[in-house]
Amino acid sequence: MDLLSHLALGFGVALTPVNLLYALIGVVLGTLIGVLPGIGPVATIAMLLPTTYALQPVSALIMLAGIYYGAQYGGSTTAILINMPGESSSVVTCLDGHQLALKGQAGAALTISALGSFFAGTVATILVASVAIPLSELALKFGPAEYFSLMVLGLIGAVVLAHGSLIKAIAMIILGLLLGIVGTDVNSGVARFSFGVPELTDGIGVVTVAMGLFGFAEIISNLEVSQKREIVAAKIKGFFLTKEQFRKAWPAALRGTGLGSVLGVLPGGGAMLSAFASYTLEKKIAADPSEFGKGAIQGVAGPEAANNAGAQTSFIPLLTLGIPENAVMALMVGAMTIHNIQPGPQVMTSNPALFWGLIASMWVGNLMLVVLNLPLIGMWIKLLQVPYRILYPAILLFCSIGVYSINNTNVDIMLTVFFGLIGIIFVKLDCEPAPLLLGFVLGPMMEENLRRALLLSRGDPTVFFTRPLSLVMLLMAATLVLIIVLPNVRKTRAVAFQEEA
Amino acid sequence: MAVVRSPKDLVAGLMFIAVGTLAIVISSNYTLGTAARMGPGYFPRILGILMIVLGAIIALRSLRVAGPPLPGWKWRPVLVVLGSVITFGLVVNSLGLVVSTILLILMSSAASTEFRPKEAAISGVLLAALAVGVFVIGLKLQIGIWPGSR
Repeated sequence: MDLLSHLALGFGVALTPVNLLYALIGVVLGTLIGVLPGIGPVATIAMLLPTTYALQPVSALIMLAGIYYGAQYGGSTTAILINMPGESSSVVTCLDGHQLALKGQAGAALTISALGSFFAGTVATILVASVAIPLSELALKFGPAEYFSLMVLGLIGAVVLAHGSLIKAIAMIILGLLLGIVGTDVNSGVARFSFGVPELTDGIGVVTVAMGLFGFAEIISNLEVSQKREIVAAKIKGFFLTKEQFRKAWPAALRGTGLGSVLGVLPGGGAMLSAFASYTLEKKIAADPSEFGKGAIQGVAGPEAANNAGAQTSFIPLLTLGIPENAVMALMVGAMTIHNIQPGPQVMTSNPALFWGLIASMWVGNLMLVVLNLPLIGMWIKLLQVPYRILYPAILLFCSIGVYSINNTNVDIMLTVFFGLIGIIFVKLDCEPAPLLLGFVLGPMMEENLRRALLLSRGDPTVFFTRPLSLVMLLMAATLVLIIVLPNVRKTRAVAFQEEA
Repeated sequence: MAVVRSPKDLVAGLMFIAVGTLAIVISSNYTLGTAARMGPGYFPRILGILMIVLGAIIALRSLRVAGPPLPGWKWRPVLVVLGSVITFGLVVNSLGLVVSTILLILMSSAASTEFRPKEAAISGVLLAALAVGVFVIGLKLQIGIWPGSR
């Protein structure tokens, strides 16, 4: 069977000592930043991206991917123990997880979240591996018109499913697209929007944008509020679930895995959306919904499985179509680009060891995470006691070194500071930075495909509507926008994301 | 006289209009071309127009739909955090990683309301050692360690 031989190739790559080491580094860092509130996977991956330059491409991607799904595990620990989401995707875990902890059942909550996550990670790995080939084959049939429409769909989908004002998010995408075309135009050689700065003729690096908007801006807005963090770390008595809890938890984890796997593939999906959706589902179908918010084990099992499944299946559009669907995936595009790998359907055929190695490493990484999270839980709790006033200067330092090391010039540092300042303004104006980053990464690709599509059609813009696949994708994008402006959906969407604030 | 119901949206809308206008003004220097043969100025101008239209809708909506007021702006974290990073960028080449790390940590720690100089100094020294170990020795980044070593 084909899938098995591919996975065998993948495990052959993922199980080499050096790749095991980088997977371990990735998941440890991921757990670390997942546990610590105030720094997320986007800033961390941006910080480490430049330092992966010297690594083998596959090791680099394995490590960076580990940070993303590792953060899903770590985030739940903080949520359960101190009622504070370590990651945005573990917001809902606070609701019931911490209630369980207060009842002295923190161990049970941690166990189900780790095992549920592991189960979800395993299923998602198999899913990624099995849909990769057919999707890539489909994508290889795409012409420039289809690609352009696919990007429109991807970008619209990303903002429809995300939170906040839809129209502002679309404006942020456009702003991102504009930033993306800074630099030398490949067709004419004209340096666009370079403002006479020679470094800008090479374009702006994705690391500078991400680090400024996500890293610096977040630190500054954290500092504006008081940093008192209450550690009510509940005692952990045992890691075992009662029979009754187990009976309730496993179907929830199963449903969470299914829901997360599907939502993860959708543009704008990924860990956070999956967790929210799963919590809502569990509450709806529960025999006794009033348990929720008071320590329902399903409220932990479902979302925790879902966020991990979603984190992993969000790699599918990136690996098969070359389209990132959330901010983390946008950075993965950056990581592939610095290693001269053009993300897209051809990666699987031109670089099979990298492709299958990355997929296999996700399962290996998940296994490591179970080991890391359960027995070593005490270590992570200790870390939570490091006050923010010591933590944030260290984060700033690693950010600065990371940015500096891209080109060894301080121009990049100044640019990052500039984006940090803009990021703060965005925070103040409730403008989400994630759509900007997606637009930024897709900008050059979108322009290129628009140009080619219209060149082939001799300037006839109807080409996007006359090619069936392209039309379908544009119609889907239009439907998404319509759905969201209908009042009913808008209301539920507001409810689903209100805890975010 | 219209009343602003959502000041955040008004400012955001105006910001988008300004960026869109700037994009169109700058890209008017680039060849436009035709749809079939786009010049470097074609796509930016489309984006600029979209940006202005969206900005205008957001700004106009702010007169109708109510929203939260503009939040306050605290200068201390902004200036101290960004200032310490700028300083790091300016001195890292000449003074090396150790000195610039300690400078960055000391300066940026002052942004917190719970600033403790002694603690920051210890943390700076430890982090300098860690940074040298990880980035220069471990990852072999081309950064000088001491003043004048590059």
